Amino acid sequence: MGKEPKLATQVSSDNVEKTIYDGLVELGTERGDLSREATLESLDVDSLDLVELAQIVEDEYGVELKGDDVKDVKTVGEVIDLVVAKAG
Amino acid sequence: MSDAATRPEGCALVTGSSRGIGAASALALAGDGWHVRVNYRSDRAGAEEVVAKIVDAGGTASLWQGDVADADAVARLVEPGDDGPVLVLVNNAGVRMDGLSPQLDDEQWQAVIDTNLTATFRATRAALPKMMRARFGRVVNLASVAGIRANPGQANYSASKAGVIGFTRTVAAEVARRGVTVNAVAPGLIETAFTEDVLDGEMAKAIPARRVGTPEEVAACIRFLASPEASYVTGATLTVDGGLSA
Repeated sequence: MGKEPKLATQVSSDNVEKTIYDGLVELGTERGDLSREATLESLDVDSLDLVELAQIVEDEYGVELKGDDVKDVKTVGEVIDLVVAKAG
Repeated sequence: MSDAATRPEGCALVTGSSRGIGAASALALAGDGWHVRVNYRSDRAGAEEVVAKIVDAGGTASLWQGDVADADAVARLVEPGDDGPVLVLVNNAGVRMDGLSPQLDDEQWQAVIDTNLTATFRATRAALPKMMRARFGRVVNLASVAGIRANPGQANYSASKAGVIGFTRTVAAEVARRGVTVNAVAPGLIETAFTEDVLDGEMAKAIPARRVGTPEEVAACIRFLASPEASYVTGATLTVDGGLSA
């Protein structure tokens, strides 16, 4: 019962930004509030949201984000940069 | 009880489902329309029989070998496949290695903790992200009345099952707002191969119901907790023990 691996979306800063923005909107953030500089705290993104965002990233890019990876992340831009760096 | 058309696409995994409570649970969940991953460690014939019964009843199921004490095996069992992500997880596989605590060795302690508690954690950890994404998930962990009240000779088993109850409560609180429920079922004395060496005629006298339970009676509770109808039940431990712990 193996699953065919999904072809990961090409990792570019623009692609990841769109994925993260779309994911945050799905989790309840207003799109108009999103920017690279916005802090996760100001967007009410909590630790459970980050777990789900990590799953979205893994599904899309095959990049696994662990708790230690995201514990010091403060802004949306830092999340994007982290994913791009981990994929590199 | 539940309608397959109204819930997200996915499957049910019942660890240790080649016999006993696990087998009865696999049959019950298949009856609710879930494709069931029937997991076994060594009893392939038993697991094949469970799959055959499910198919004969009009359901679907697949065989999944793997020892849940092995982290890699757990990861493989929970990995999404052609049958979708695991949206119902029944952490049933368990072992007993009884002895009075002054005589329990480290191996007896660790083996019971590994299979009964650590595997429950690992499988739940692996399954939860997909459940959260689906906004639907059901984790049912097999505890025991031995995790609630004293049972001399089972310090390792009791500790593992009490751990399962604490784990269940905490994880339930963590993920409740994503439509994922996490509950425990605590059977008392149930007539299975797991308990055949300890059951005797005298034991039933200590049970208010004056009889031991059946795997099907436990499976009925697991089936309910796995159903959409149990959407507001989470963090609970449901005793199924004929009143033994009342």
